[in-house]
Amino acid sequence: MSEVAVKPNNDLSKSVKAFLTKYSIYFILVLLVAILTFLSPAFLKPVNLINIVRQISLIAIVGFGVTMIIITTGIDLSSGSVIAVAGIVASKFAHPDTYPLAVALILGLGVGLLAGAINGFFVSIVKLPAFIATLGMMLSFRGVGYILSEGHPITNFTKEYDFIGSGYWLGLPLMIYILFGAAVLSYVILRHTKTGKCIYAIGGNQQAAVVSGINVKKNLMFVYSYAGMMSALAGIMLSSRLSSGQPTAGLTYEMDAISSAVIGGTSLSGGIGTIQGTLIGALIIGVLNNGMDLMHINAYYQQVVKGSIIVLAVILDKARNR
Amino acid sequence: MEEQYILEMVDISKSFPGVQALKGAGIKVRKGSVHALMGENGAGKSTLMKILGGLQPADSGKIILKGQEVSFSSPSESLKNKISMIHQELTSIPHMTVAENIYLGREPLAGKVFVKDSDQNARATELLQGLGIQIDPKIKMVRLSIAQMQLIEIAKAISYNSEIIIMDEPTSAITEREVEHLYTMIRNLTKKGVAVIYISHKLNEIFNIADEVTVMRDGEYVNTKKIEELTRQDIISMMVGRELTHMFPKVEVEIGEPVLEVKNLTRAGKFNNISFTLHKGEILGLAGLMGAGRTEVMESLFGLVPANSGEVLIKGKPVNIKSASDAKKNGLAFITEDRKLTGLFLPHSVKDNIIAASLDRFVVGGIFMNEKSVNGICEDQKKLLRIKTPTIEQKVKNLSGGNQQKVLLAKWLLTDADIIILDEPTRGIDVGAKSEIHALMGELVKTGKSVIMISSELPEILGMSDRIIVMHEGKLTGEVSRQDATQDVLMSFATGTI
Repeated sequence: MSEVAVKPNNDLSKSVKAFLTKYSIYFILVLLVAILTFLSPAFLKPVNLINIVRQISLIAIVGFGVTMIIITTGIDLSSGSVIAVAGIVASKFAHPDTYPLAVALILGLGVGLLAGAINGFFVSIVKLPAFIATLGMMLSFRGVGYILSEGHPITNFTKEYDFIGSGYWLGLPLMIYILFGAAVLSYVILRHTKTGKCIYAIGGNQQAAVVSGINVKKNLMFVYSYAGMMSALAGIMLSSRLSSGQPTAGLTYEMDAISSAVIGGTSLSGGIGTIQGTLIGALIIGVLNNGMDLMHINAYYQQVVKGSIIVLAVILDKARNR
Repeated sequence: MEEQYILEMVDISKSFPGVQALKGAGIKVRKGSVHALMGENGAGKSTLMKILGGLQPADSGKIILKGQEVSFSSPSESLKNKISMIHQELTSIPHMTVAENIYLGREPLAGKVFVKDSDQNARATELLQGLGIQIDPKIKMVRLSIAQMQLIEIAKAISYNSEIIIMDEPTSAITEREVEHLYTMIRNLTKKGVAVIYISHKLNEIFNIADEVTVMRDGEYVNTKKIEELTRQDIISMMVGRELTHMFPKVEVEIGEPVLEVKNLTRAGKFNNISFTLHKGEILGLAGLMGAGRTEVMESLFGLVPANSGEVLIKGKPVNIKSASDAKKNGLAFITEDRKLTGLFLPHSVKDNIIAASLDRFVVGGIFMNEKSVNGICEDQKKLLRIKTPTIEQKVKNLSGGNQQKVLLAKWLLTDADIIILDEPTRGIDVGAKSEIHALMGELVKTGKSVIMISSELPEILGMSDRIIVMHEGKLTGEVSRQDATQDVLMSFATGTI
């Protein structure tokens, strides 16, 4: 490789440019916040901001698992259905004077883990394309949700279960703490563990990963199971927040989760992506939704804007990775 | 004098963000001649040719084609001016047929809409037969070997009936026999007045086929000379800008007890009854033509594809290696042939690539990665192997071929394996990096490690190996000691003529 010859006076502007492109989504978020603050006085009120973070907590949590999957060049379309089933299962064990809270939580998360493991089995062992495997699970699991609930919402929860979605601690909703916990856990797994390194390696070059002695099947099983569990966590939170486990819960959440990851810089061709990026991606979606609501923009137009933002984000990302 | 040049590229400059790739580079090519363009990786040969091929615009400079100044803003313009190019990287589309690949974008059409498949196949058949290439144009590209794909690329470039054909490393994936075939094709072309610009790192080829040689270094023009006026040493010194005294620095090491014994290893359809022994401190060369089954034997040895029968002993004990992680546990390392396909994680940093095969070594408390130790060790590896990269955070895709190869080596050296399998360790990399890798092999055996080296370059095999085994069509056909080995002996084993 020839020596890199950079003119010294270019150095500063170059590194500034590199910095801007590296953190471009952060700037977009800041820019959005600035614009909305200017347009709507209600936007920057703490109540509203807390509300935004609580609103995005579900798609962000689902997004963390999906991010890992996308990094391995996979995809998960079943998250929304897993949200419904996990919510229903947990709800069934959350009636007053029946089981302790732990039972509802363990079973709810367990069913998500199982759903994820089934996805993982089809992707890593049967070697189906992730799109097909999780599309099948999306339909089947939605069906399971209807079967288990017999088509009706499940209501009447213990106080503890209600607390998950509507409780406050130190002035902040519990959901925000859960979001924070899930973010830290996912970040640490991806960034600081051997499993994380393996996930990036599988996405970067699966063949090279195999040759390097990385157990691709085991790691893919982990990733899909983890994502299933994250969806289940979101499902439990949603059922608690709505005070009912519903078979229609979480519809199209998988798309918002994938969008968050993609806006946050996760590459659909694999090997690239971060948890913090996905969190910012989810916040961008949340801030946009909230801002447009505050400005009373017609819901139909909101969808158009959201779609355009996703496409723009990918264009930006292409420029960044060039 | 001027008129006899069909092409002149004068004072071409080109810079990419942060890198001045070309500084007043140039080349003058005569009609009906083979003009070799040489230089280390990163010297700017490929960039210069990409400008000629219309893939990249030059920042400044002139291209004079048959006395007229021209400039190309796209490959199709360049093709219209009868310049075609064989790219360094294979560009074929795997799930289309050979014929479809050759005539991509210029298919014979019926009514301007429908592709006339039979016409296309007939034309392809005629083209391939004319070139003596025995490949059915109706089969899909994926079913071809890398060598065959490269032949198709060559045929495709010829099919444009160009006056100038650029061949960027046309032999990187083909064997000696096919190289001979390529020479014949080139000689036929030059007889018809076609000029060929030939980029290669292999000096043998240059002396076999070239009429003139232009050497570049660091993006600049160095010199142009007739081949008769040059020796190998001249070319190397011009390229490197310094004297490279030892092409193959063979280190004398005492050969110890056997560390690896392979007995009657067989994989149906790929190789049969392969038996050999590797000793401590030994470099064992594995020679043979492309498709002889050399890589396949190593894949089975390393547990990537299971063998059907046979026995493997490491340090006298029978082992059962079923996966790459088994192989690692038994002290094996495998530096694969195709660094981009099976070796490196191109979008990731140098650091993440280096640690990929030894993650366990950096795990603390069973889960977490020790970043500090990762950084320290990667910096050490960078220095040790002289990997030219600004930082270990640099993405591997931005490094040159030679440095990528060093990253791959670093990854496997870090596993501290005792038996190191190198599959074509210096393919497509420049002479400087090549001799560094050869020197490193010497260092490895000095510390008591053992090396198996697959190479299709006979001088490399002869220069580096203590002992050489040769394969032909899935069978072991010969074994020769360093003293008895000559090109002739190896070739006759490799072609199965003994």
